[in-house]
Parts: sequence; C-alpha cells; structure tokens
Amino acid sequence: MEGTFSYLIRRLLWVPPILLVVSFSTFAIARFGPGDPIRIAGGQFRDEEAFERARVAYGLDKPLFEQYVIYVENVLTKGDFGESFRYQGRSVREIIMPAIWRSLQYNSVALVITLSFGIPLGIFAARRQGTWADPASISSFLLIQSIPAIVAVPFLLLFLAVRLPDLNLPDFFLFNPLESFLHSLALPASGWPRDCNVRLPLVGESYECLGVVSKEAIIPIIALSLPGIAVWGRYTRAFTLGVLREDYVRTARSKGISERQVMTQHVLRNALLPLSTIVAFAMVGLLEGSFFIETLTGVPGVGRLTFEAVLGRDYDMIMAVALIGATTIIMANIIIDIMYTFIDPRIRYGSRN
Amino acid sequence: MARATEAVPGAGEEALGEGGSQSPLRMALRRLLKKRIALIAIVYILIFYAAGATAPLLDGSGAIPGYTEQDLEEALAGPSLSHPFGTDRLGRDQLSRVIWAAQTTVIITVVVMVSGGLVLTVSMGLLSGYVGGWVDSLIMRVGDVFISLPGLLMLILINASLGDQVESLARDIENGVAIAPLGISLFTIKIGGLVRSGAPDYFLIAAALTLFSWVGGARVIRSQILALRETEFILAARALGASTPRILFRHLLPNVSNIIIVSLSLSLAGIAGSEIVLSWFGVGVQPPHPSFGALIFDASSVRTVNEHAYLLAFPGLIVAALFFAFNLLGDALTDVFTPRAR
Repeated sequence: MEGTFSYLIRRLLWVPPILLVVSFSTFAIARFGPGDPIRIAGGQFRDEEAFERARVAYGLDKPLFEQYVIYVENVLTKGDFGESFRYQGRSVREIIMPAIWRSLQYNSVALVITLSFGIPLGIFAARRQGTWADPASISSFLLIQSIPAIVAVPFLLLFLAVRLPDLNLPDFFLFNPLESFLHSLALPASGWPRDCNVRLPLVGESYECLGVVSKEAIIPIIALSLPGIAVWGRYTRAFTLGVLREDYVRTARSKGISERQVMTQHVLRNALLPLSTIVAFAMVGLLEGSFFIETLTGVPGVGRLTFEAVLGRDYDMIMAVALIGATTIIMANIIIDIMYTFIDPRIRYGSRN
Repeated sequence: MARATEAVPGAGEEALGEGGSQSPLRMALRRLLKKRIALIAIVYILIFYAAGATAPLLDGSGAIPGYTEQDLEEALAGPSLSHPFGTDRLGRDQLSRVIWAAQTTVIITVVVMVSGGLVLTVSMGLLSGYVGGWVDSLIMRVGDVFISLPGLLMLILINASLGDQVESLARDIENGVAIAPLGISLFTIKIGGLVRSGAPDYFLIAAALTLFSWVGGARVIRSQILALRETEFILAARALGASTPRILFRHLLPNVSNIIIVSLSLSLAGIAGSEIVLSWFGVGVQPPHPSFGALIFDASSVRTVNEHAYLLAFPGLIVAALFFAFNLLGDALTDVFTPRAR
C-alpha cells in the first residue's frame, strides 16, 4: 500500500500545474473570441462611455496576461471566482453552487436508475451468451443510446407533455377510464417546478425545494438515464463473461452448488467490483448529457448555466465551469486508478514496469 | 487505413510466427463477415457514406433539388413523392438537405479519422512508447491536460472563438494571398469559393476534434509498444542494424494495427456526434450549408415538432441509425480483433 500512497501523492502534485494550464487556455480562448460580454449584457442599451466604464470596472481593459494573474490571485487568496456578467451584481459562486446542486440531484437519480436497469441487463445477456437473447437485449438498449439527446428530448416532450393531455380515444363506453388514466400520466413540459420555494414554518427562512421529487423532473431524468443503460449493460456483460470463464466458477459448478449460488456468490461479487470504478466516468458522462437535456427542458442546473454562459460570453462563469469540470475529471481519474489497487491487489503503482 | 491493411500480413510472420496461409487480417475479415448484424451495419454505413460523398453529383445531375433551392409555395409541406422528406420552413427540399448534411458528416469523420485517429494518435503513441525519456513524459503530460479538459465545453469555446478568424483567413485566400518570404514574392495562393463551400468551418471543426481525439488511443498504443519494445524480434531487428523508422513502421506499427482499427471504429460515433452537437449549438457548420446539427436544431422546438414532426424525425432517425451502426461495427471489430473477448 505504500506504493499506492506515494503514487497518490505524485498524482496529486500534478493537479495544480494541470489546472493552471487548463485555466489559462480556457481564459485565453474565451477572451480571444468575438462578442463583448459588456455589450451582450447591455442589450438594447448603447452608450459607449458606460461600456468603457464597465470595462474598466471589470478589469477588461487590462492586458490579457495581467487579467489572468488577477483572476488566479482572486481565486487562490479569496476563493473569489469573479462576478457574473449576465446576472449583474451577483458572484459566480453564488449562482453556480445552487446550479450544481440541482444538476447533482437529477444526475444522481438518473445514475441510480441507469444502474438498476443496466446491471441486470448485462447479467441477463451474459448468461444467455450464444443465444439470440444476448445480442437482442443489448442491441435494443444500444439503439436507445444511439438516439442523440437533442432528438430524443423534443419527442419526449411532444409525446408526454403535448400529445398525452390532448389524447382522444374512441369512446367504447360513456365513460372512458383508459383515456382519463392516460391524461393523468401527462407531464409538464418544463423540467423544473415553477414555484420551488419552501418556507420553513418555524425558522421562517425560505429554501429551494428538491426539484427531483417533482413531476417536472420525470422527462429530464428519463432522457438522462436511458442512454446509459446500454453502456452499463455492455460493461456488466463483459465483466460477467470474464468471470464466468474463471476456473473457480467451473469448480463451484462441479461441486454441485445451485446455479443461483454460483451466480450470486462467485460470479457477481467478482464481476461487479470492477464496475464500481466506472461510476466516476459515468458521472462525467452524465454531466455532458446535462448540457443538452437541461437546456432543452429548462432545468436551471449547471448544464444550462454553461450553455447560457457560453452564449453570453460570461467569462468568469465559463472559467468557473471549466475549472470545476477539469477538477472533477482529474479527481475521477485518480480515484479510479486508486480503486483499481484495492479491487485488484495485483496492480501495483509506484514501481514502473 | 491502406497502410494498416497492407502491413498487417507482416504481423503474422514477424510477431506471431504463424506460417499459415491465412493472414490475421483475412481471418479477422472472415470472422467479421460471418456476423450478420455487423454486415447490416456496414451496409448502412456504406450507403450513408456513398450518399454523402456523391451529394455534389446527385445535385449536379438534377436527381435532387439544390439544398438552397426554395419553393415558397411548398414551404413546410409534409412528405410527398416530389419531396420524400418534406420541405422546411423556407421551402427547401429536406431530402436534399439531409444528403448534403451527410456530406458534412462524411467529410468531418474522414478528415478527423485520418488526421486525428491515424496520424496524430499513432505518431504520438509510437513516439512516446518507443523513444521514451523526456519525449514520452512530454507527450503524456500534454495528454493529461487534454484528458482533464471538459471536452465539449472546450470544443464549443474554440469553435466560437476562432470561427471568425478562420473565415477571414479563408476570405484572404479567396482574394489571393502572396507567399512572400523576405519580401520576394514566390507565388500567390488563390482559391475561389472557399467560404461558400463551408471549407473554413470544416477545417476548424476537424482541427479542434483532432486536437481532442488522440489521447486515449495514443495511451493504448504506447502501452502496447512498451511491451513490444522488449520482445526478441525487436531486439533482433535492432541488432541487425535496422533504422528507427524501419523498426517503427515495419515491425511495431503492424503489431498495433488491430488496436488502431478498433479504436478508430469506436471513435467514429464520437467524431460524428461532436460535429452535430457543435452545429446544433451554432458554432459548427454555418448556414446555408446543411448539417444534421442545424437540421435538428431548426426542427426541435416543441411547436415545430408538434406540427411538423417529419422535419425532426427523418434527420433524427438517420443520425440515430448511423450511431447505432457505428456502435455495432465497433463492437464487432472489437470482438474480431481482440481474440480474448470472443
């Protein structure tokens, strides 16, 4: 384990320089582009003098490198990620934190749903290897995965939010129970509850509600969770097949243990352990999906925030999103590599080759 | 691809020592052709690529209307015999726009596959695995940075920021750029119709995707090269005085060609998807040139889908089928080229 520890230290030492490079390249690329955030925020308003004053106030008149140094200083010494241009007068941190929390709600629920469908799917397919059920089951979910979110979400909205409430079934009886049942299934087109403030009776302070537990969350969560099922199904299938070939499974079977026991006690335990390393990757993938799904369904999460920040040239917001994204990816990778050593003690870091 | 396919037969003789009449590639191909699902996927991909590649010919022959040709009386008409996919809000034939959008996908995937998948990935992997030392460290550290960047956000930022610059460069070339080092005019580059053809957009998208597509493949190739470097046949080649390029291209490259093919096929959906997403966001291929991203964006408001679902359904279906085919092909190739997984 000592090797792992020094490996961890070495990896962590690399994080600050990587973040510096990432932040500077994002900083430079964002500012190099066309579009002036002050003008965009100004909207109809056109007053060159006021624009110039705003530019000085935000420090945008200084040379690029000086701006960057000031930015890094503020982040490191004060934990200050700057001010949003779009939401004027509000700090980036104040806007981004609730957005991350909302995305996290949706993504965690989506991840749980993906796992609870994907893993059984993979086991099912692996046990039926060689029959038609194996490729058919995986392929059907692969087909769902192949539909891009930007196509799937409009159709989900169309069917579940627009067509379902207006559905007319031919009247077989005077009263049509099926139709009213289907109407009751209709979902709102917006992905976030309209009035999401909870006032605590005793404290008197108002908090934001949990967006996930609302009816509004269903369409975004369907869109977030469906594509991942095939991914998990394929991983689970591959790992399960790998374990099924092991000698100890053959031994277990030859001892006469029931197939159920072989699966639960010998196969799954060994197949599912390595799967845990992919959770970190899955979270990163979900965040990319959030970008489109939140934008299309109107969830005020970090995905939509990013979308708006890029459109509005909200420099400090773009920086914060890029830095948080990069940190998440780096940490996910380190955690995965460290987890491997615990799951498979044969892997040792530290001594190369 | 050509180099990889020619080189693979060598792998059998040199690395595996199989003296049989069948080369590993031919065996792999035979196994691939036995997979019915993979065959269907390949046929679909071929049709898609053929349609995309022949878009200018189809257009020129009058088989399909031009993608900017408007028939305002027929605007937003549903699918019919004269317009199988219907017409869009400006009365343009949707089938023609889909075929031209396929051309965009074809150009981007082929260019990025060659520039990123083959040239950059393979050279980085070979260099860092075989040369080692500081070259290896440098390449891997740069790779660490690229892998840590939120790819989608960076692609959008790069395309949004540099789009105008690249386009003005293309306009300069259209007007003629004199190549004149030290003030002596050598020759003038002048290419007409660059901006109209969408070339600057393609160039920028392909360059950005190339930049972000090499790390994973290069790492896999590097680890394989690290293992191969110490094998007897490489030591023997070196002892016989083979030059470094010869060792790299005659001995090492053929032995990683299966990895290259598999990683290429697995990256295809990602490359095509990235372009679609960029154009959907509005920073990819610019109108009037069609792209699936733009087609999908134009048709994806709930009101449009409600009234004119075919505008989203046809492009969406074609794209989904393409991704499905890419995924199936990738799976089949992984199966065929990594014998352990069978």
